[in-house]
This record gives sequence, C-alpha cells and structure tokens, in this order.
Amino acid sequence: MEASQKVSLITFLVGSGVDRVNQKTSARVDLKFFFTVALNSLTLAALYFIVAAGFTLVFGLMRVLNLAHGAIYLLGAYVGFEVMQATEEWLVAAAGGAIAAALFGIFIHVAILSWMPGQELRQTLATVAVSLIAADLMIAVWGGLSYQIEVPDLLFGSVPIPRIGKYPIFRLTLIGLAVAIGLLLWLLLNRTRLGMMIRAGVDDREMLAAMGKNVPLVFVAVAGLGGLLAGLGGVVGGSALAIAPGEDARVLLSSLVVVIVGGMGSVVGAAMGAILVGFAEQFGLAYTPTYGVVYTFLIMVMVLSLRPRGLFGAGA
Amino acid sequence: MKDSENRYWIWSLAGVFLLVFPLYAPAFWVTQIASQSFILGTIGLSLVLLAGYGGMVSMAQLAVAGVAGYFAAYFGVHSGASLGHPLPWGLTVLVGLAAGTTFATLVGLTAVRCQGIYMIMITLAIAVGLFYLARQNLGFFNAYNGFHGVKAPVLLDTDLRQPIPFYYLCLGCAVALYALVVHLVRTPFGLALAGVRDDARRMRTLGFDVGQIRVLAFLIAGFIASVGGLLRLWYAGSISPGSINVGASITILIIVILGGMAKPIGAFAGALLFVLIQNFAIDFIDRERFNTMIGIILLSIILFLPNGAVGLVESIAKRFRAEAGPSDRRSETGAATELRR
Repeated sequence: MEASQKVSLITFLVGSGVDRVNQKTSARVDLKFFFTVALNSLTLAALYFIVAAGFTLVFGLMRVLNLAHGAIYLLGAYVGFEVMQATEEWLVAAAGGAIAAALFGIFIHVAILSWMPGQELRQTLATVAVSLIAADLMIAVWGGLSYQIEVPDLLFGSVPIPRIGKYPIFRLTLIGLAVAIGLLLWLLLNRTRLGMMIRAGVDDREMLAAMGKNVPLVFVAVAGLGGLLAGLGGVVGGSALAIAPGEDARVLLSSLVVVIVGGMGSVVGAAMGAILVGFAEQFGLAYTPTYGVVYTFLIMVMVLSLRPRGLFGAGA
Repeated sequence: MKDSENRYWIWSLAGVFLLVFPLYAPAFWVTQIASQSFILGTIGLSLVLLAGYGGMVSMAQLAVAGVAGYFAAYFGVHSGASLGHPLPWGLTVLVGLAAGTTFATLVGLTAVRCQGIYMIMITLAIAVGLFYLARQNLGFFNAYNGFHGVKAPVLLDTDLRQPIPFYYLCLGCAVALYALVVHLVRTPFGLALAGVRDDARRMRTLGFDVGQIRVLAFLIAGFIASVGGLLRLWYAGSISPGSINVGASITILIIVILGGMAKPIGAFAGALLFVLIQNFAIDFIDRERFNTMIGIILLSIILFLPNGAVGLVESIAKRFRAEAGPSDRRSETGAATELRR
C-alpha cells in the first residue's frame, strides 16, 4: 500500500466525524482539538512500537507467536511499580521491570518452547496456557486494583506547545524514547555481530546452524530482548496510563494488530503499524466515540485481505 | 474382526447409557453437566473439523455461535420489549442458523488467504472486533446489556428448556452433527480437505480449488457452531458481549486441546472434562484460582499429551491390545501427527 493511500484511509475513517464536529464548534478550537488528538496518537503509537518491536523480533526469528507477550508486559509493569515504591527512582524501576520481564521471556522460551522446536501451533497454544496462568497469578499477588507508576519529577508537569496549549512532558519523552529504541534496534540489527546472526536466522535458520553458529543461544538472546522491550513498555505504559488486570490482553491485542498490519518480523513494519493503529484508535475515539475501537480491526482486515503478510512482511 | 465387535458393544452401551441417563440422574447432572457438555462439545466439534481435518485453527468459532445466538435472540421472544422482531420460532431458528453460517463463510473468505499462525491471528482479531461491536452497538446488539429472558421454542406443548427435553434436544443435535462430521471426513470433500491440510501446493497442482475447499469447510463448521450457538442461547436464556469475549473464545480452544483434535469425539470428551473441572475444581482449590489450574492442566496436556485425553485413552487401549495380540499400527500413525503442523 502506498503512503498516500494510507493517509487517505485515515482521513476516510475520521472524515465523517470531523464534519460533524465542525458544524458545532468554531474552526479554531477544532484545529487545537485535532492537533491534540494527533499528538495523543503519536504517544500511543510510541508505546505500541516499544511493545510490538519485541513481539515482532521474537516471531521473525523463532516463528513463535508468543501470546504470553501481554503477560510479560504486565509483569514488567508490576515489578516496575514495586521497585518504584521501594527506591523512588524511576530509572531503577524501569530497569527492574525490564530485567524481570526479560527473565520471564527467557524462562518461557527455555522451560517450555524449546522442548517443541518447529511445532508452531503447539508452541502458540503453550503460550496461551502460560498467559492464563501468569494473568491469574498476578491477580493473586497484586489484586484487582489499578496502579500507576509515579513519573519522575524532572518529567512531571507539562510544557506549552504552539497550537495545542499544554502537553504532558512525559508523553513527549515517550515519543523520544520510542525513536531512540527504534534507532538502537536498527544499530543492533545492522551494525553488530548478534544483529547479523539474528538477521541471518530470520532468513534461514538451518543454514545459520550449519555455519557453526550457536543458534539456540541466539534464540535465548532474542527471547530476552523481546521480554526486555515488553517490560520496558510495561513500566512506560504503567507511568503514562495505568497498570491493572486485563491490560495484558489489551496490550497483546494491540501488538497483534500492529504486527499483523506492519508485517511479522519487520521492525520498520512495527513502527508503521504502531503509527497507523495509534492514529486510528485515537482519532476514532475522539471523533466517533461509539465505534472507535472497531476501526483498528477494520484496518487489519483490510490490510490482510490486500497483503496477507502485512505492509512490510517478507514474501507476500 | 474382534476389534470391530468390541467397538460395536462399546457404542451400543454408550448409546443406551446416554438415552436412559436423564431418567435417573439429578437435574444438576442432566442440565449443568451433560447438556452443557453437549453444547460446548458441538461448538468444539466445529473447531475439530476446521483444525483437525483442515489444519485451520479458527478462534472465531465462538463468535460464529454468538452471531447465531444474537440473531435468534433479536428475532425471538425475550424480556426486553423495546428491541427486536419476534418471529414464529421455526423462522427464528432458521434466521439464527443462516446468520451464523453466513458470518462463518465471510470469516472464511477473509481468513483463508492466511495460514497457520496468521490464521489464528486474523480469526482472533475478528472475534475481538465482533465483541467490541456487540458491546458498542445499541440498535441491534443492545450494547452492554444484550438480551435476557430469551425463551426456547415450545414444541407439542413441551417447553424445550425443561431439563429433560432440553437434554434430549442437545443429545440429538450433538449426535446428528457428530455423525455428519464422521461421514463428511470420509467423503471426497473430506479427503480433499485433509489433502489441503497436508500439502496445499500439491493439491493445487492436482487441480483442486484449495480456496473453495477451505471456505466450504468454514461454511460447514459455521453451521455446526451456529447450532451450538442456538443451544447455548436457550441454555443460558441470555446473550451479552460477555458471552463472546476473548476468554470464552479461548475456552473453546482449551476444550479441543483437552480432548484432542485428531478425532471428532475429542471435542465432546474435552467439553465434558472442562465442565467437570469447572464445576468440581472449587472442591479442591480456591474458586479464584480456577484459571491457574486450568492453565496448568492445559500446559501439561500440550507438553505431555499432544493428542489430548482421547489420545491418552487410545494409547492405553493399544497397550492392552498389544498384550493380547499384534498391535494395530494404523490408528497410531493417523493420530500422532496432529499438533505438529
């Protein structure tokens, strides 16, 4: 799909709502509303990208659809919250949540998935079981209450932005963080030895193993990296939004849609998918509140019926 | 020869047991356990046809049942007077079945271009999309509230929702659809479907229309799930977004894994196991931790019994037979490869 088509798709989806709002209020306020929604969309897209990038990497290399990714995200968020309570340091909390999630990701891979290599369906079903258990145990430990991780003082408050007025600094930082993570991932994949092995493994696992590389170890590294990104996303999401039971399913579904739209295994695709889904969700909610949530799934069905492997998926 | 004689006796005994069971069992066992197992088993059966024989794991089968249920509720008798167009019950049933089957065919048309894991994802997304649509739409789905006080048909002065008539209704539907699936997989269509599962490219080269076969499988499975959806509607007497959420969709998948998807009977065995666990687990553990237990059971089955409970029973039976005489290798190879794809 061309970029112009994508833009027209979004305008098509939100167009009717914009007209309706225009009749009610003055154009100036409208424009401010429009830009605020756009910035909110970018914030959401940033969070989705951080979470979905790990998901897509794991799938690209191991061909495992890790349906426990949402549970990993939520565990990262809860651990981040606990560390925050104990240390009052946001960066330490972020590191703690990310490391806990990475360990959980590695645990799932080593203890369960590596026992059934190549059996994709069985692995996928096993991750369903893991996510059921993990979600239930997290309710047992943290209960049904909703938590929020405190934002560090430095990033607390809001800054004035022309045309919008005040906007929370933390959300802007989130967009910057996503861009930084995207760049780091690009450097990792394209400029390091590990990245070279990951890319080779995505293309042809058997050949990489035949070259004498330790493929199982690369798998563990990627499982950890995927968990790390999910956990970091959990702490960030837990600071910008909230931590509660059910967030795991929401995040998993968003990541699924992001990654399906963008193309499984492609980090660029995850970025494009995150932006598309973030905008569709926020503009849908802002202009047609009743059916806002449905648009995301419409986009996905449309993309899949045109390009079954997603926008950036290999070998459509 | 001896083997088929044994099988004949087992089936006859099971048939007689199922027919007289409700006359002696308490109402709880008749409705809560047996009827509910038949209903969930029927919806599971549609997934076995798609996944076991077609190699297409669809997470949208419960959504299909939900569409059938919603249409039957909207066009049937229920307590919310402001919404709906009550029709004669024969038409209500027809509309429900037609709507569910049509929806399943549409899902099939969208999903058959994707395979394996991609198909799980797109069908899961369709199911979630329907859930949100049902929750938000007031004009047809009645949003959060859904429909309550839905009445089952009254046939020959018998309310079909009374425990014993309802049991026989569920039994009849389940047996008929089971026979349909067992017959279907032996027809040229069923063989072609298994061929598409095993090697789609080769089947295409042989001149089969792979897409058509897959969509047809979705249509037939959709009809089966729709029957299950109507029974489920009458069983609960209500339908709401909560009855078609992700958790409910995963329940159908759990049932099929518990029983094993290599054979149609697996769906019913899995449903019975699930219903038993659901009703009696609270005797052993805290009610709150039901998901942990079902998750652990599920994980153990995936790890150690890839062919589910039916596979376990078969391998035990085979061991007994091996002690008595030469083993029957044929059935083993048929079932062993199921979860691998």
